[in-house]
Amino acid sequence: MSEVPVRLSVNGRTHEVDVEPRLLLVHLLRDRLGLTGTHVGCDTTSCGACTVHLDGESVKSCTVLAVQADGCEVTTIEGLADGDALHPVQEAFWEDHGLQCGFCTPGMIMRAVDLLAHDPDPTEEEIRRGLEGNLCRCTGYHNIVRAVKDAARHPHAGRIPAPGVSADGAGAGRELAQEGLGA
Amino acid sequence: MIPAHFDYVAPASLDEALRALADGGEDAKPLAGGHSLLPLMKMRLAVPTLLVDLRRLEGLRGIERENGDWRIGPLTRHADLQRRADLGVVAQTAALIADQQVRNRGTIGGSLAHGDPASDLPAVLAATEGRVTIRDAGGGSRTVAAADLFQDYLTTAVGPGELITEVRIPALDGWGHAYEKFTRRAEDWAMVGVCALVKRAPDGSCEDVRVAFTNMASTPIRATAVEQALRGGPLDDAAIAAAAEHADEGTDPPADLNASADYKRHLARVLTRRALQRAAGS
Amino acid sequence: MTAIETPQADGRHVGRPLKRKEDPRLITGRATYVDDLNPVGTLWMAFVRSPEAHATITSIDASAALAREDVVAVYTAEDLDLAAPLPMAWAPPGIDLNVPEHWPLARGRVAHVGDPVAVVIGEDRYSVVDAAEDVIVEYEPLPVVTDPEEALRDEVLVHPDLPSNTVHEWSLGGGDLEAGFAEADVVIERRIVNHRTAGGAIEPRAVLAEERAGHLTVWSSTQIPHFLRLFLSIMLDLSEERVRVIAPEVGGGFGSKLQIYGEEILAAWAARKLGRPVKWCETRSEAMMVTHHGRDQIATVRVGAKRDGTVTAFHARILADLGAYMMLLTPMVPSLGAFVMSGCYRFPAVQTDIVGVMTHKFATDAIRGAGRPEATHMIEVALDQLAVELGLDPLEVRRRNFIPADAFPYETAIGITYDSGNYQGTLDKLLEHVDVEAFRAEQERLRAEGVHRGIGFCTYTEICGLAPSRAVGPSAFGLQGGGWESALVRVHLTGAVTVYTGTSPHGQGHETGFAQIVADRLGTDPQLVEVIHGDTSQGPNGLDTYGSRSLAVGGEAIARAADKVVARIRRFVAHKLEAAPEDIELRDGRWIVRGSPDKGFTLPEVAGLAYIPEDIPQDMEPGLEEVAFYDPGNFVFPFGAHAAIVDVDPETGKVTLVRYVAVDDCGPAINPLLIDGQVHGGIVHGVGQALYEQVVYDESGQLVTGTFVDYALPTAAELPSFETDRTETPSPVNSLGVKGVGEAGTIAASAAVANAVMDALRPLGVTYLDMPYTPMRVWNAIQEAAR
Repeated sequence: MSEVPVRLSVNGRTHEVDVEPRLLLVHLLRDRLGLTGTHVGCDTTSCGACTVHLDGESVKSCTVLAVQADGCEVTTIEGLADGDALHPVQEAFWEDHGLQCGFCTPGMIMRAVDLLAHDPDPTEEEIRRGLEGNLCRCTGYHNIVRAVKDAARHPHAGRIPAPGVSADGAGAGRELAQEGLGA
Repeated sequence: MIPAHFDYVAPASLDEALRALADGGEDAKPLAGGHSLLPLMKMRLAVPTLLVDLRRLEGLRGIERENGDWRIGPLTRHADLQRRADLGVVAQTAALIADQQVRNRGTIGGSLAHGDPASDLPAVLAATEGRVTIRDAGGGSRTVAAADLFQDYLTTAVGPGELITEVRIPALDGWGHAYEKFTRRAEDWAMVGVCALVKRAPDGSCEDVRVAFTNMASTPIRATAVEQALRGGPLDDAAIAAAAEHADEGTDPPADLNASADYKRHLARVLTRRALQRAAGS
Repeated sequence: MTAIETPQADGRHVGRPLKRKEDPRLITGRATYVDDLNPVGTLWMAFVRSPEAHATITSIDASAALAREDVVAVYTAEDLDLAAPLPMAWAPPGIDLNVPEHWPLARGRVAHVGDPVAVVIGEDRYSVVDAAEDVIVEYEPLPVVTDPEEALRDEVLVHPDLPSNTVHEWSLGGGDLEAGFAEADVVIERRIVNHRTAGGAIEPRAVLAEERAGHLTVWSSTQIPHFLRLFLSIMLDLSEERVRVIAPEVGGGFGSKLQIYGEEILAAWAARKLGRPVKWCETRSEAMMVTHHGRDQIATVRVGAKRDGTVTAFHARILADLGAYMMLLTPMVPSLGAFVMSGCYRFPAVQTDIVGVMTHKFATDAIRGAGRPEATHMIEVALDQLAVELGLDPLEVRRRNFIPADAFPYETAIGITYDSGNYQGTLDKLLEHVDVEAFRAEQERLRAEGVHRGIGFCTYTEICGLAPSRAVGPSAFGLQGGGWESALVRVHLTGAVTVYTGTSPHGQGHETGFAQIVADRLGTDPQLVEVIHGDTSQGPNGLDTYGSRSLAVGGEAIARAADKVVARIRRFVAHKLEAAPEDIELRDGRWIVRGSPDKGFTLPEVAGLAYIPEDIPQDMEPGLEEVAFYDPGNFVFPFGAHAAIVDVDPETGKVTLVRYVAVDDCGPAINPLLIDGQVHGGIVHGVGQALYEQVVYDESGQLVTGTFVDYALPTAAELPSFETDRTETPSPVNSLGVKGVGEAGTIAASAAVANAVMDALRPLGVTYLDMPYTPMRVWNAIQEAAR
């Protein structure tokens, strides 16, 4: 069971790692690259807490092998904000109280961004159908749906920052937290 | 939950992939989107010793129209299908598979080769009388019709060391179509699914009709009794309702947590009527 | 419709929908949950769990696992040297409880699927899973009982070493029940099954333990870090001051993390034994099996009433399926419902009789609402059934029995005193949003089109704010602990404020709501108030978060600590301005002498006086920090009126929730945004139980719903948006006037949905049906009624 070299770009930064073939992408991100914003909530590709973007589209990283991501571009929640500026979908989740415990939130936000990329002006029903692969136990989805609706008013809600612009998002959290103090 | 150990290769050509599969023996499995296989491997319900990743293979993706058929590369994802409204019932059905993240990875070839009777696309292939091309390690190719592809629960004509290299689905221009999927929750597997295709004669009657079921037996199956009852006759609500009463004939639905066999048979009748009504535009 | 807008002309922060202080770290992926921590040298645990529901363990062979290079140890029950078994913390005076011993690893016999038999400890997340598969355990199967009514007969014993499966019998009643039924014109009786559910927090449990120099630190995804410290200390025989428990970011709890789990104890035990950090992250499959379940009661409800709908007697007999082991509060949970078996009504005689019984399933315990959703479901469904029996409007029956708004504080038949209420008021407000007459017309029109639409109501009150010690404690209700809460408010030299709370949130927004309370009292901005929680080494002792207690008990403790700080501020400022402390007041962010706004001090300036004490009164200590412990005089009783509208497809039996309106009253809002959020989530928890979720075991004790594929948490696609509104009736119990709201939605929702489904089905001949209203169950009922 030899290890396999994988080269991939995560949030605009290139990584070359040797992995055992069974390593799940989510564990590569979390345990090897230290990007713990992506979560694991189930074993069955059901909950969507592990949702990231793979080559620009939302996938469940618990059901993608790290080796399958060879040569791909991955964006995680840490790479969503453009430097200090929150992504419009992050902003809307905050504004509309679209999260409580926060565990499903990174996956939910990554899914919502992809949803808006394909459908910039969704109806409530389209939003609800579009989030069917992401479970939340806290919010009853009400404010999540509201947040996605509100984010859709922003012209770039379906866009993620160009790779490289935001590096891996390191440091963004702290700065954003401080920005929050003035809000 | 994580898979057991396995070896992994990602060959650059179809021949190499077939060779790797052949060399790997019975416990070698091809990996496309992985959304049928990886969930089983994570639960350790499948423990292949070698995965042959098909992601680097060229020419196995895409959708083309050719001689009245849709020629679809097996690595074409559900997401690609769902965004092609011109594919008709294929697009409509693809949009109902699981959730968008799954559709962004899952492929038509993987779904058909896996042959889960609860998956949606096999019933569509059965109803459209589509076919697949299968390549074996020796370089031989054969075309297998939907009726022969699905052999038993999770068993298809795609043998060890073989790959689907093409999916052909008749475009069925001018046919009405509908896929009715009954689930408890949007992202669930179908409790029962019904694919209905209807061709109206110029006089409004039913020139031809195809009905196929998801999850009503150990393979996707055609509702031949329904088709016979409707073919050549009127295509009004009463005729459709009467034909739909035959929906349970020849079915052998597996009972599960959410549905007894009886209930599934009942659902098949109701959903067949609804699918036919939608397909007939009535 | 939005919640009440409270004008903030006075510049106060309490009452404002302030967006959460917690969120920036959560929406950027910078929060820290237990699994995000990986100290150097961390070992991993994986469990070998029983595939049998009941069996003798005849042998355990760990040699193959131990032979693996990356395995450090395999432990079984024989290796454990714990000082005590896992705790059960309820001992009601005068009640005998038949309780099995419960150890973190099974001792010779397993009693439910998933019972841990061995733990494998190794170098990484993946390899321990492989190693656990290498442990060979042989079992000799024993007879299994999964049906609680069958278990009562004791033909198969869940624990053959105990005399019976019955755990306890417990009753609470008041008023003359016999006379009440004698006086009734009609008596209805219904068997109401409240099925087993799961908490479903999206973060599964996780624990990490590390010992350094005799000091143990345990990070756990728990609601109760302080209790966990206590029981770690007891079970590991460690002095409590050497144990620190940290609940970092916790990804939801809903009661399922109000528990002392064997895995938490084992991680700590193994970390000490091996001298390395030890971590365990539960898989979802494990969570479905061995994170405690909720509900699972079979009730026989009898209601006596006059022709006009006036209830004369209400009697609930409850058989509670407690599962195989008694965990922290397992047998106590049904009794919480008994406290509100009067609902919001003037029932003259009420009786609740509870029998707890064991089966070969995992333990039930507190899940969102804990006993109160079950009780409310019984009351509210029974009242609808009664209304049909009497040919009365179900709302009319409710109105006839409401405790009037001018009757508070109101002592119910069982002697519980409801603090405040205006049940007619919330119902009236609900009916401003729901036009019942128009609905009935629409219902009729839709029925002609084949859509069976139904409306259901639930008017509820609940008991929460768990405290007061003298009511819940050892000599009263029998909880082996107190019910107070603590807070520490510290103003720093710069005027920044740190607040320590003994409560331990897992998504509720304490950091924001508590900051608002403190900011108003001290005259600062909530953004400059940091709330610290969930770390037993920080701040005073606490009693954690459950039973909607955080605000009504913990928030009041914070208010009181802040008030003590205010008293100090007054004295410092009074001394400086040569005035009397009682004349010092806060105006526009400055502490001034009443009537003399020219001179005054901001909070940082006051902090300067307090911490650079060159000129303070002789008899005063420097510093600006206070602690408060608060033990309330009573519970608090939130209430509300909810309406659900559902569509039933009679051909398939599928039920769809099309509209849900909730009017809740939890007293004056601290932050309406947080209240709405709690209500939304609570509603879906109740709707989930009513329509989608059920933990199912087969007759052999195998868990059928072992993953999120089979245990159907509702998704966004199944639900509508909700309409919420509020009334505000202050509680006299605490100075904030507040009541809890974390469980309210769940307590109300299942009954509202059940009544709506019944309203839809009644024309089809279905008069009563138990949850969950799955398509097949509803379709079967329709078929049966047609026969």
